Amino acid sequence: MEVLSKGDIKTASHSPVLSKPLPAIYRWLGDRIFLTVAVTLGLSIIFLAGAMAWVLIDDGSMAFREFGIIGFLTGTTWDPGVNFTFGALPFIFGTVVTSVVALGLAFFPAVAVAIVIAEYAPRWLSKIIETLVHLIAAIPSVVVGIWGIFVFAPWMRETVYMPIYSWAAESHPSLLPILGNPIGYGMTTATIILALMIVPFTTALTRNAIHQVPKEQREAARALGATRWEVIRMAVLPYARGGILAGAILSLGRAVGETMAVAMLIGNKNTFPFSIMGPAATMPSVIINEFREAVGNLHLSSLMAIGLVLFVIAIIVNLIAAYITRKLSITGGQGI
Amino acid sequence: MNINVMFKKKKPKQEKISPGLQPQDPHRISKEISTNGSPLIRMEAKELTVKYGTVTGVRNISLPIYNEKVTALIGPSGCGKTTFLRALNRMHDLTPNATVTGEVLLDGNNIYVPRMNPVTIRRKVGMVFQKPTPFPTMSIYDNVVAGLKLVGIRNRALLSEVCERALRQAALWDEVKDRLGSPGGSISGGQQQRLSIARALAIEPEVILMDEPTSSLDPLSSSKIEDLINELKQKYAIVIVTHNMQQAARVSDNTGFFYVGDLVEFGPTDKLFTNPSHKRTEEYLTGKFG
Repeated sequence: MEVLSKGDIKTASHSPVLSKPLPAIYRWLGDRIFLTVAVTLGLSIIFLAGAMAWVLIDDGSMAFREFGIIGFLTGTTWDPGVNFTFGALPFIFGTVVTSVVALGLAFFPAVAVAIVIAEYAPRWLSKIIETLVHLIAAIPSVVVGIWGIFVFAPWMRETVYMPIYSWAAESHPSLLPILGNPIGYGMTTATIILALMIVPFTTALTRNAIHQVPKEQREAARALGATRWEVIRMAVLPYARGGILAGAILSLGRAVGETMAVAMLIGNKNTFPFSIMGPAATMPSVIINEFREAVGNLHLSSLMAIGLVLFVIAIIVNLIAAYITRKLSITGGQGI
Repeated sequence: MNINVMFKKKKPKQEKISPGLQPQDPHRISKEISTNGSPLIRMEAKELTVKYGTVTGVRNISLPIYNEKVTALIGPSGCGKTTFLRALNRMHDLTPNATVTGEVLLDGNNIYVPRMNPVTIRRKVGMVFQKPTPFPTMSIYDNVVAGLKLVGIRNRALLSEVCERALRQAALWDEVKDRLGSPGGSISGGQQQRLSIARALAIEPEVILMDEPTSSLDPLSSSKIEDLINELKQKYAIVIVTHNMQQAARVSDNTGFFYVGDLVEFGPTDKLFTNPSHKRTEEYLTGKFG
């Protein structure tokens, strides 16, 4: 026994790989280098985020000092021309309304498409649909915007806004201020385009959530005599609900930050109150439209402050998504 | 029993796979049983073949499943036990590429004829899986009555009555009766598996298929499930796939030995374990392979 094991060791030490082990210093050095690089890169990300937040806070502080934080957030007047009064409420309102309504419009179609891709369509068809969905997501925002300007907005004006407007003008003139000016570029147009733009995103996230439902769950439902739709309703959607909701919230974050297409289609009107069909503005749209002309320090600072608010909203939305994922995702149900 | 005698006879077959691996003549089995007044055959597979694309899962399986008996399917991994089991309640229907030929008779009716609705069949042939599969977002109560709600039963008194009966049958009632409202995923693995069994029992199936029901459980939970199987066989026909030969010996009345897609041998468990007719069976049972 002992002889045998000695022999084994001998043969092993003669093999070409083990005969010349790497000197310990190399391994130590490699370890060190990797550690240093990883830690440096990791810390620089934190530093970058911190620096961005600091620049926004620093540059926006003038606006906050001038109007007060609450005053800036609730101020309804944005007048960079004459009175130099800056209040962010119209843009916060515009952003919240357009993105929440866009999510509302996009959510159910997106979930339906995801269910078709994941559960109903044969593999070749779901591949095609998925590719198309990804293609839509890959269209640059500005291209969507220019399509909206030249095709969608005029079409909406002719077929939707004008008939409604004329009907209201004839029979319910009191509705006119709520409906607003039917020029085609406004809150509704921007919201619908925004919904179109987040559908692929919501679809992909929902599909991922549905794909993560274990096969056993579907089979368990099927073994109870569930039909296809009942399997989805009973086993798939409840199991995936955390992922689907988190996906919806992340899509909301996407809609909040969407800039170009919205800026091109919303009509860019800075004064409250907004109307349903008429022009409005959002936080990103006002920043992109005014940063070039912002010569006054207070004006620039106010735009920075809006940027800070947007930054904070984006962080909050992402935190909510993470919280929902953690709270609602299924753990322990399957494990033992 | 006469079955044993009969099983020793071999019938030549169209395609020879390897010597000593021929299936039995299914028609002879049923004849023997009916004339002898032996237990009723609840289900019967006749020359059942399942293919995944061009790969054969199981080949020409003919096997009776007796009422109020436990039928165990043993054999090495990947030899088609689960494939065969899933063919018994048409679970292959939604597997892409899977094709099933041959017949499976449930109370004399072939479940693979087009007019048979798989949903109806699965209500008569319940299934318990390898891993416990409670619906994690539903309460324990809702898990048990899930199958009943599917058929449209909404009467609350009836539902709670069935829930209690099924949980008692699954020997889980005493452990969960005070927290029927808590999520199905909140109980232990062994309890979850018994919950899965209770859920299958609630729809009052005729046959219960169990696919390695204890393979993910600890020994104590496993033995509880085995006791449960012994209880349940007084009312149901049970088919259990197991890798654990002791388990097959403990719980089953009849055993089928599968080897690379063929049913090598089928017969009463005590006979198969003590005096197998085929060399392969003996080799497997004595641990020469598998």
